[in-house]
Amino acid sequence: MKILNEFKCTFPANSANEGLARATLSAFLIPADPTAQELADLRTVISEAVTNAIVHGYRGKSGDVSVCLRLLPERVIYIRVSDKGCGIPDVEKAMEPLYTTAPEEDRAGLGFAIMQTFTDSLHVRSTPEHGTTLTMRRRLGKQHDETNADA
Amino acid sequence: MKLHYDTESEQLFVLLDGEIDHHTSGRVRSELDAALYAHTPRTLILDFQDVTFMDSSGIGLIMGRYKILRPLGGEIILLRPAPHIKRILRLAGMERLAKIQHELGKEVVQ
Repeated sequence: MKILNEFKCTFPANSANEGLARATLSAFLIPADPTAQELADLRTVISEAVTNAIVHGYRGKSGDVSVCLRLLPERVIYIRVSDKGCGIPDVEKAMEPLYTTAPEEDRAGLGFAIMQTFTDSLHVRSTPEHGTTLTMRRRLGKQHDETNADA
Repeated sequence: MKLHYDTESEQLFVLLDGEIDHHTSGRVRSELDAALYAHTPRTLILDFQDVTFMDSSGIGLIMGRYKILRPLGGEIILLRPAPHIKRILRLAGMERLAKIQHELGKEVVQ
């Protein structure tokens, strides 16, 4: 599929970078002019994905989180978040709402449920000891072109 | 984040601010828990008016405080969440654990 625009970055698995990932996505989305709700949904989605990589992928150990953002035809936003952490032994189990491996840290176990709800598709590829890659797509609604609006 | 405890009504009022994510929720949690254990309030009011972003870390934060307050007979009010935050609260079923209100004394009509 033709890629209209792409932005890739890699940063250390430091929780301060969760906000950086959201800010990066917000900036990338400016030309696509999403609605406030689309923007809020996608900011939440990337925050969940990056937090998962940091909290569950690396579990406090150092490592890198890679993010790839793409603008595809028909206003489809593609978000890929990958880590080289411990991987998920049972992806199906991990995706069950309220399932968490870190209840003592007040993790709600809702990350995957939120990512699934706020995107059109979510794919998880994970290999224990090698890492996890989440790929999500969300098609934005029609763009409001103000230049065509009546004066 | 600002906290105020009213001894007469036994309400702990917490004005949250900024972005609530995994990075920021740890500090909020420790400040909040110190006040919860110090006062054991009847009502914990979390005011979201100045919160610009919240992900599931915020849900974990609320669920954790609920677990502390419930055995003590306390309740939680989630005040003035922005529409995108209310969506996440509802997705997580938070209305079963806490009251979501636009103003104090008036519950949100679902």
